[in-house]
Amino acid sequence: MPTTVSMTVNGKKVSGQVEPRTLLVQFIRETLGLTGTHVGCDTSQCGACVVHVDGKSVKSCTMLAAQAEGANVLTIEGLATDGKLHPMQEAFREHHGLQCGFCTPGMVMSAIDLVKNNKNPSEHEIREWLEGNICRCTGYHNIVKAIAAGAKAMA
Amino acid sequence: MYSFEYQKAGSVADAAKAATGEAKLVAGGMTLIPTLKLRLAQPSKLVDLGGLKDLVGIKAEGGGVTIGAMTTHAAVASSAEVKKAIPALAALAAGIGDPAVRNRGTIGGSVANNDPAADYPAACVALGATIVTSKRKITADDFFKGLFETALEEGEVITAISFPAPEKAAYMKFRNPASRYALVGVFVAKTKGGVRVAVTGAGEGGVFRKKSFEEALGKSFAGSALDGVKVDAKGLNSDIHASADYRAHLIKVMAKRAVDAAK
Amino acid sequence: MPEGTGIGASVRRREDARFLTGSGTYTDDINRPGQTYAVMVRSPHAHAKIKKIDKSKASAMPGFVACFTGDDMKVGGLPCGWLVKNQDGTPMVEPPHPVLAQEYVRHVGDIVAVVIGETKQQARDAADALVVDYGVMPAAVSLKEAVKPGAPQVWEQAKGNICYDWGLGDKAAVDAAFAKAAKVAKLDLVNNRLIPNAMEPRAAIGEFDRATGDYTLYTTSQNPHVIRLLMGAFVLSIPESKLRIVAPDVGGGFGSKIFHYAEEAIVTWATGQIKKPIKWTAERSESFMSDAHGRDHVSHAEMAMDKDGKFLALRVETLANMGAYLSTFSTCVPTYLYATLLAGVYTTPAIFCNVKAVFTNTVPVDAYRGAGRPEATFMLERLVDVCAKEMKMDPAEIRRKNFIQPSQFPYQTPVALQYDTGNYDATLDMALKMIDYKGFPARKEAAAKKGKLRGIGISCYIEACGIAPSAVVGSLGARAGLYECANVRVHPTGSVSIFTGSHAHGQGHETTFAQVVSEKLGVPLEQIDIVHGDTGKIAFGMGTYGSRSIAVGGAALVKALDKVIAKGKKIAAHLMEASEKDVEFKDGKFQVAGTDKAKTFGEVALTAYVPHNYPITELEPGLEEQAFYDPLNFTYPSGCYIAEVEIDKDTGTIEVARFVASDDFGKIINPMIVEGQVHGGIAQGLGQAMLETCVYDKDGQLLTGSYNDYAMPRADDFPSFEVQHSDKPTPCTHNPLGVKGCGEAGAIGSPPALINAICNALGVGHMDMPATNEKIWRAANAHAARAAE
Repeated sequence: MPTTVSMTVNGKKVSGQVEPRTLLVQFIRETLGLTGTHVGCDTSQCGACVVHVDGKSVKSCTMLAAQAEGANVLTIEGLATDGKLHPMQEAFREHHGLQCGFCTPGMVMSAIDLVKNNKNPSEHEIREWLEGNICRCTGYHNIVKAIAAGAKAMA
Repeated sequence: MYSFEYQKAGSVADAAKAATGEAKLVAGGMTLIPTLKLRLAQPSKLVDLGGLKDLVGIKAEGGGVTIGAMTTHAAVASSAEVKKAIPALAALAAGIGDPAVRNRGTIGGSVANNDPAADYPAACVALGATIVTSKRKITADDFFKGLFETALEEGEVITAISFPAPEKAAYMKFRNPASRYALVGVFVAKTKGGVRVAVTGAGEGGVFRKKSFEEALGKSFAGSALDGVKVDAKGLNSDIHASADYRAHLIKVMAKRAVDAAK
Repeated sequence: MPEGTGIGASVRRREDARFLTGSGTYTDDINRPGQTYAVMVRSPHAHAKIKKIDKSKASAMPGFVACFTGDDMKVGGLPCGWLVKNQDGTPMVEPPHPVLAQEYVRHVGDIVAVVIGETKQQARDAADALVVDYGVMPAAVSLKEAVKPGAPQVWEQAKGNICYDWGLGDKAAVDAAFAKAAKVAKLDLVNNRLIPNAMEPRAAIGEFDRATGDYTLYTTSQNPHVIRLLMGAFVLSIPESKLRIVAPDVGGGFGSKIFHYAEEAIVTWATGQIKKPIKWTAERSESFMSDAHGRDHVSHAEMAMDKDGKFLALRVETLANMGAYLSTFSTCVPTYLYATLLAGVYTTPAIFCNVKAVFTNTVPVDAYRGAGRPEATFMLERLVDVCAKEMKMDPAEIRRKNFIQPSQFPYQTPVALQYDTGNYDATLDMALKMIDYKGFPARKEAAAKKGKLRGIGISCYIEACGIAPSAVVGSLGARAGLYECANVRVHPTGSVSIFTGSHAHGQGHETTFAQVVSEKLGVPLEQIDIVHGDTGKIAFGMGTYGSRSIAVGGAALVKALDKVIAKGKKIAAHLMEASEKDVEFKDGKFQVAGTDKAKTFGEVALTAYVPHNYPITELEPGLEEQAFYDPLNFTYPSGCYIAEVEIDKDTGTIEVARFVASDDFGKIINPMIVEGQVHGGIAQGLGQAMLETCVYDKDGQLLTGSYNDYAMPRADDFPSFEVQHSDKPTPCTHNPLGVKGCGEAGAIGSPPALINAICNALGVGHMDMPATNEKIWRAANAHAARAAE
């Protein structure tokens, strides 16, 4: 039985009719057509689907759309403002922190949440924070570099 | 996922009333939702505790802390009260899952689920916590009944967990390299009533107390006190990630490290 | 050349803007009007007879659209692209590879039926309601068990489960060398089975156009033209002219997206039946049981040496797992991509390798990053360490003693390849310096004081890339040519579109290929568009794998650019009333040599399309050229990797303290991108060495079927890597860019470096991959026990 869910996504009020079993990531990708948030696994480990809900990073594949009723959701599409990349996005570009790009949206959203919690993370802290974000292309090397630089740029 | 109804609980009483039959409570959903996604469970209804503000929060009480069931791991990890009263508990919470999981996962959900590789059950048992429900108070020793089994009855909702402050405590986890859950996790607490040691991740029946360690550490609270204590591999898990022998060995290593790190 | 955008500059990637803003278009991001959703019903058994399929319940489910089984879909089988012959000259056993199972299922995950629904959830609900009655049969699972007498047979026609029994090299010469050897080093080893795990799960959308009868397949592929050829010609009998394959943004491949998979044929065929678009997207747990796996060898190797540690001969026997069916390139991986590399960087004069390929009731095994070359390198570089131990020589010195010298190129190996160039001392020296090899004993001592075991391990790799000279591979059994195609379309205003058959899925071709164009034509990057991944736009292509894009696709591009410049010279000569031979093209200008008379590239392009003043009797208007490039040889990147590890004896945990890499990729287009490729390759290699392994139980159930059980490398498993390019690079001698390719090196060179370091730390002869904490703990305990004696 479809129910209506409403939330704010990237600053815009949105709502849609969904089945209760609809995941937040399905709502974002399929109902809203925001396909920047990806699904890379079915066991809540890869982190390709990380978005911010009420300012905190969450795995949108492990949350029902209904659970986000009334929430403020930020996806990768909502980061750049007026065509200008967010400093973390810019750092990923500058430091070649992405290759195929599939894990990238989740990585960037996780990285921004890290910097919210820890303004000047060490390499070790960055690597630990990324436990829930899997990348198969970069060996993490340049992602770690990018996040350190992004943190500085966000300061 | 199979199809289900969804209900947002308006109160604990409301949730308790709804959570009967094939209905299931959902807190943070960090275990339940992946289970549903793989179609390993088929509840008729999910009753969401998400909106229950009175289940969220941390209170310092009598030297210990009482943590509302819907308090997230991230909130416990960063709580000044928890860090002051039981730093080991804050550290444990900071090591659960990954940051995104800690932002959604709750203490009540973890305890109610009683995953054999979860961290909180070890803390509850070692610290002698009390699980407060909509009906009663249950000691941790009585609460955890085996794999994914607890003393909770139908329609019973965890509202809070009370942890008395130990003199010293620490938790050491050896992670499964794939899932990053505890392959072996040992929580050691030196309390007024004696030393308590709880082990998660390793036992066939979920979390358990390691009495031989407790006795040895009762005599001398130092890692070296465990040197001569044997750990039997019987009753321990053996799987593609670790043999029972290796787990037995790790229980001792992690326990010693926890004792030496306890504060 | 515009400042800083040509060959050799670390230009920031042009594709990043879309990926960083969530604007990329991966297959699952595409939705077609009226789209339906497919769910594959897969076998839960490793080996079974399909007794009955009952569609009645499924077809009554809400939103049900269609269900097809093997009885409905009678089409051609999925083809194998390489015929390998037995030692006696007879062909390999080549069983059918049905798209939907016919009568039997042969691995967990084998597709029994497709169920199509109006929504994804409805398709899944209906698929769950499909009743399949199986008669379970015994399964052959592991290599060692499958070749035992009396083992269950995967295919009746493959006796003893052997697909082929193949050999390469001079067996008599090897036997003679062993007979007079002063020392022989021996090694038994396993190359662990891996699951590729590109982060984007495979997906496919089939769409049929009622008006034209054309089919379009959107798919997660590394080589759309190859899919069009294989699926069109062999499976569905659709001519190329009616079949378009689009491989849009693809989220990583590592080999696993080379192959033609059943799901591609299923959605394409089924859309023709139901006349609606059909989307299929793999769940990760499906990927684990349906993406082709990698590696999975069991080998025995022996090296004969003289009294000074000079290699005299190498003898190798390998069992290679094919899985239940022959995937597209499966048969060439453990043969022509493996045994041909066994000379490594050494002058070993005689080599013989025997490979038996084995069918098992497991997912097909095919190329995974490196494909055969990591298996060869792991074997050889481990064996060389065993040789060093045997001879009581330093592992660096025994390598140096046996290196092919720069003066010996071109060097003909005893296993078919001819290396054109290389300098192995240079990369070894560089890596030894980077790691401070001399300082290692002091570091080992410092670690011991902390109660840790420190070890160091060297690996000197070589690979054969730039796949491949068509005539050579054709003579060896390849059923395709392996050239590449490029098309350069210069527009009237001087902007340029490049259509390449190479496909990027993380490699950054949109940047590197544009750098080549910018360098050659002097056109700024902003005016260059690189188009790839669509058979509807690109003339032809063989795709991206085997580190071939820049070496083969880049070479085709240069050939086409040269044709553009040649035609431009004719036009410019006409405009300047000069002789064509006096016109030279430099810095984006056609200039009459020795004068200041010049026409810009833009002026010439415009003239080609506005041919008012034009040599129209000699030259066609327009400025667009196409070229095919078929390489004359493979390219031979090489290098030296050194790992240093610290082991915690109490737990068996291992810290990769340092990892240094010195690579010789010849000429480099974009150092930043090349280093990124090396980082990723190293991580995959270290993942294989430390963490990853695919495990089946004895009944053929996949025990590592999710990230809960298959250990994917995370950021905290590694240090930052130290990667440098050789200070004495040896550019490829036979392609126009002098490039060699860099995509696989990291995955090829790193596993032996790490295992050599672990063996060094523990003082053991060998440890199979992955070197898990428990294995290390056990070895460390044994080490302590030995030390106590």
